[in-house]
Amino acid sequence: MNTPLDISTGLSCPIPISEYEKVLLAHGGGGTLSHQLIQKMFFSQFDSPLLHAEHDGAVFEAGGNRFAFSTDSYVVQPIFFPGGDIGDLAVNGTVNDLAMCGAKPLYISAGFILEEGFPMEDLWKVVLSMKRAAEKADVQIVTGDTKVVDKGKGDKIFINTSGIGTIEKGINISPLNAKVGDAILLNGRIADHGIAIMSAREGLTFETTVESDTAALNGLVEAMFSVTKNIHVLRDPTRGGIASALNEIAMTADIGIYIEEDKIPITEDVKGACEILGLDPLYIANEGKLLAFVAQEDAEKVLNSVRAHPLGKNAQIIGKVVSEHPKNVVMKTSIGSLRIVDMLSGEQLPRIC
Amino acid sequence: MRYIDEYRDAKAAKHFAELIKKTATQPWTIMEICGGQTHTILKYGIEDLLPDTITLVHGPGCPVCVTPLEMIDKAIAIASRDDVIFTSFGDMLRVPGSKHDLLSVKANGYQVKMLYSPLDAVLLAEKNPDKKVVFFAVGFETTAPPNAMAVAEAKRRNVTNFSILCSHVLVPPAIEALLSSPLTKIQGFLAAGHVCTVMGYDEYIPLAAKYKIPIVVTGFEPVDILQGVYLAVKQLEEKKHEVENQYSRVVQKEGNRPAKKLLSEVFDTVDRKWRGIGTIPKSGYQLKESYAEFDAEKIFKVENISQPESSICIAGEVLQGLKKPVACSAFGKECTPEHPLGAPMVSSEGACAAYFHYGKINKN
Repeated sequence: MNTPLDISTGLSCPIPISEYEKVLLAHGGGGTLSHQLIQKMFFSQFDSPLLHAEHDGAVFEAGGNRFAFSTDSYVVQPIFFPGGDIGDLAVNGTVNDLAMCGAKPLYISAGFILEEGFPMEDLWKVVLSMKRAAEKADVQIVTGDTKVVDKGKGDKIFINTSGIGTIEKGINISPLNAKVGDAILLNGRIADHGIAIMSAREGLTFETTVESDTAALNGLVEAMFSVTKNIHVLRDPTRGGIASALNEIAMTADIGIYIEEDKIPITEDVKGACEILGLDPLYIANEGKLLAFVAQEDAEKVLNSVRAHPLGKNAQIIGKVVSEHPKNVVMKTSIGSLRIVDMLSGEQLPRIC
Repeated sequence: MRYIDEYRDAKAAKHFAELIKKTATQPWTIMEICGGQTHTILKYGIEDLLPDTITLVHGPGCPVCVTPLEMIDKAIAIASRDDVIFTSFGDMLRVPGSKHDLLSVKANGYQVKMLYSPLDAVLLAEKNPDKKVVFFAVGFETTAPPNAMAVAEAKRRNVTNFSILCSHVLVPPAIEALLSSPLTKIQGFLAAGHVCTVMGYDEYIPLAAKYKIPIVVTGFEPVDILQGVYLAVKQLEEKKHEVENQYSRVVQKEGNRPAKKLLSEVFDTVDRKWRGIGTIPKSGYQLKESYAEFDAEKIFKVENISQPESSICIAGEVLQGLKKPVACSAFGKECTPEHPLGAPMVSSEGACAAYFHYGKINKN
């Protein structure tokens, strides 16, 4: 029998049980349902001004220095995919969350939840991949934890990584800093990671040469800051793609965002896969991309510095912050009309026809 | 990308928009039949490019939308069994039945899987001989051939634990039902290009003649739609009523012969219930008696499940082109993509969801 919720202390469930008695996959899909779960369930109870900043990580001061602290869990299936695996993803993801706070990532933790029966050889591959990713990103894995669960109670391997980094004086990154007139910069082609994962997933096999873009972005961010500190917002558009990331920023900062479809870099292969599956690439995950909101006067020199970096060769200014339509993202389509780019309610599902 | 980029070209779009404006001397109402076309129209803001004289109404061509509530309840009943692996195309999983959807069945621990091809369901059945693998065979003439092939292949390979829950619907009988209604406002049709890729367009010729209405076989890119509208308007202005093929880069008059042969081997044409419209004579496919052992409705004895539709939802009128989604009192209030009352709010091809996602800018 289910234990009734204790309402004597006023702790009634903020998400009406009548609507969702159980957690659905869509609650983790990065869309409106995820947003509701986080807002109503977690933010309402874990009350902290740092949490409410709605950043990729918490930014705080200690001993006169500023730090960023972030965590993320990795449950990707399949664990090995074209262009990467769960190991480098786990390191790069947390490194990127710190970099998106404007921090220089220093130390990372690694928590493993392993399923009984998981091949040692696969675990070894994942560990080596984490080691290489950490070396490349210039961070150290300094603490960790290992748990093993019964066969069938997990799915091969889950990894949690947390990380901490320092923020240099003069750097102030927050979605709240987005200002009307800011140029929105994207460092390269979108949707590679999501399509690579889908191409390898059981039930959706299709032939493509698309590889995940998984990469640590801290080097690129450093290169950008060496040109100017006048960068207002940084965000890595992972789950939910650039559409969800831009919507989150528009909502947090109460600004309007205008982008142009023709300026958004995308490969022909990814475009083709999206056409076949009936998916919109704007909502597909990236793991080596960043969106930067840069003061208009510095946009050109930041763009040049990004293009000079190996992770930014295809960078583009894709749009700007506007005073019209606050909290909404509007896109000029390839045929010249305007369209709202909305937040998705759940995960994108491939269409029938 | 070839065959895509040139049909998303701003200059070409503008060219056809101007031609439409020049050609239309009076108001015309045109229905695009296919949900994929509705999606393009809203996604690219095509109505903004059209003159006020042209009204587009969105037809019943979203397979997810027209699948009746009771069929979804049947799917849920079958999927909620320990001995079943239920498989489906992605967007059917979120369509609400009378109580919940297939994703909730999955959340309750049953095996519900999203597949891209029905043939993968046959493979899944071979790999899991102790389970019964069911594929939710939904869609128009477009998805019918792969589903027919999956059944034929299962028979050939003697895969006895595979079956389909068949809810196929056909376009021409729906067009006829819409045109024979005394309420109809439709003066021209954009026929669904991909349906015609399979079936050809012979069967539309008698319809165009009988109801004196132009039917233009149309593709799915913005320039396709604009050109299709232009051809329909031109015919209307010239008082013609012919079947024309805008999508000739893909569609041939006689369609895909091997696919049609397979369809006639596997399926019988039967009367079919459409969500929000009711039963349309000879508008669906059902497995032939010789393939009855692959019919999930018979295997799992769910034939008797029946369910009335929601009373507030005006899905029926929306799907018939009598009302626009925004005319519904529940639109964007009780009914949203998170809490859909009717199927057109669920699928990204559904007229209501398309209005919800892309329509806001026009209102602001």
